[in-house]
Amino acid sequence: MSPLPGILKGLATTARTAMRPTHTAEYPDVAPDLPPRSRGVIALLEENCTSCMLCARECPDWCIYIDSHKETVPATTEGGRDRQRNVLDRFAIDFSLCMYCGICIEVCPFDALFWSPQFEYSEVDIRDLIHEKDRLGQWMATVPPPPALDERAAEPGEIAAATKPARGAGLVGGAGTAPGAGATGPGARMPRTVRPRPAGTGTRPPTPREPLTGTPESVPDDTPPAAGPPADGETR
Amino acid sequence: MSLLEVAVRSASVLAAFLVLPLLVGQTEHKVMAHMQGRLGPMYAGGFHGWAQLVADGVKFVQKEDITPRAADRWVFRLAPAVALIPYLVALATIPVHPGVAAIDVPGSLVLALAATSVGALGTLMAGWASANKYALLGGLRAAAQLVSYELPIVLAAASIALAGGSLSVATLTDRWSPWWMVWQLPGAIVFIVAACAELQRPPFDMPVADAELVMGAWTEYTGLRFAFFLLAEYAGIVVMSLLVAVLWLGGWHGPFEDTLGWLWTLLKGFAVAVVIIWVRVAWPRLREDQLQRLAWVWLVPLALGQLLLTGAGVVMGW
Ligand code: SF4
Ligand code: SF4
Repeated sequence: MSPLPGILKGLATTARTAMRPTHTAEYPDVAPDLPPRSRGVIALLEENCTSCMLCARECPDWCIYIDSHKETVPATTEGGRDRQRNVLDRFAIDFSLCMYCGICIEVCPFDALFWSPQFEYSEVDIRDLIHEKDRLGQWMATVPPPPALDERAAEPGEIAAATKPARGAGLVGGAGTAPGAGATGPGARMPRTVRPRPAGTGTRPPTPREPLTGTPESVPDDTPPAAGPPADGETR
Repeated sequence: MSLLEVAVRSASVLAAFLVLPLLVGQTEHKVMAHMQGRLGPMYAGGFHGWAQLVADGVKFVQKEDITPRAADRWVFRLAPAVALIPYLVALATIPVHPGVAAIDVPGSLVLALAATSVGALGTLMAGWASANKYALLGGLRAAAQLVSYELPIVLAAASIALAGGSLSVATLTDRWSPWWMVWQLPGAIVFIVAACAELQRPPFDMPVADAELVMGAWTEYTGLRFAFFLLAEYAGIVVMSLLVAVLWLGGWHGPFEDTLGWLWTLLKGFAVAVVIIWVRVAWPRLREDQLQRLAWVWLVPLALGQLLLTGAGVVMGW
């Protein structure tokens, strides 16, 4: 009987499973152990939100509601300009429509939205699933800290920006001195914004006005001086 | 037999009939859950959900009793009783202790087997009377299954009757010797497999096959009548397990059988019931043709061979 080995194997498998401890976590009594990146509920950090509406526009379900108005902030210094800023009146997410895709959180340029693993917010009335901004703000307390970086990972952008020398510091150090002295100094490197110019192709990178000054350095050796004005005409 | 004795015997059978199936049902909940890496019922009653089936019963009582308008009313309403009562009768014939059986008649083996096969008639009635195509298909499948598997059951039991030289279950158990567990083993296997099929338990639950027939013959039933069908299934497990225990496993034979005989019978029956549950968890449902093939190509020849072996053994005086 050919199915006999399979039949016995089935019996053995079920018996073995019965002997092992079960996988059940008795949920209301035992809190589930959720990974920190679980998608439970969306929390809003209101201070970061600029009412830019990007999240509301990207949401596939159109379940984010934002109302805001502009306020004028008077100038702080004498003769200064008055400034305007957005004030958030309403920020609501309808969790009865939300499909937990996380697009709003991805798209927010100001880090105002976060995932929280909290999931126990079922309601008797479906309308109560619209969380207004104070309720969304309360979820912020449950947002876990971001997971630690991997060992030997690149340092985070904020830290890299804070520790690197101020922009243009190398330029100031090397500006008045000879190029050789600038290159040998430990902190003084060439500013990245200035591209090294390859020899022999000097005619293209300079601005069109340069040939007008008639500086001999800008004209390549193999080009006759008379070629300057026609080239100038071409670029115009 | 005085009237009082009749009352006591009936009451004790009824009590066993109400308690043992629940015990088997709860065991099924728990064993099946653990075989699937779950816990099963944990809350009803407090300790490991022991009262789950009682709670289920209360739920069934509260439900509305619906009879479909197109149904054949009397047959429809009678069917659960026809499915349930025969197992009560069959349970009464089983001796649990030396000299202790609710009904002690000379042909109790025949009575028990006849009663259990009437049970499947209830399914047939339910399927026909429901006026529902799923129920009808379920009922027809049940009928086909009954015809195929009744034969191996009877042949396997006949082999035991031949070996013990009696048709009374009590006498057969009395004459039982451990040697029977070896040379009657094929018969025991045939009987257990065919009993599973007769009870329409997975892997032989083609008549119920909830994925294709909703609930087979029980599709239109609600409330207490549906609960009776479920109770009949578990009572059937109890009856078949106890029959295997007393006929093949020696019933009350064991240490201290004068005082603990009943315990041995129940324990052996319980072990067989656990095997029936185990089989249900481990194997998928058979297709209708595979089901028929198993009965006619394997079980009937095996049972006939066992009968031949037993006959030869009895004649040679083993
Ligand atoms: S997670 Fe919800 S609210 Fe955010 S974009 Fe997706 S559907 Fe919209
Ligand atoms: S994208 Fe971010 S900053 Fe913009 S409205 Fe949404 S939450 Fe506020």
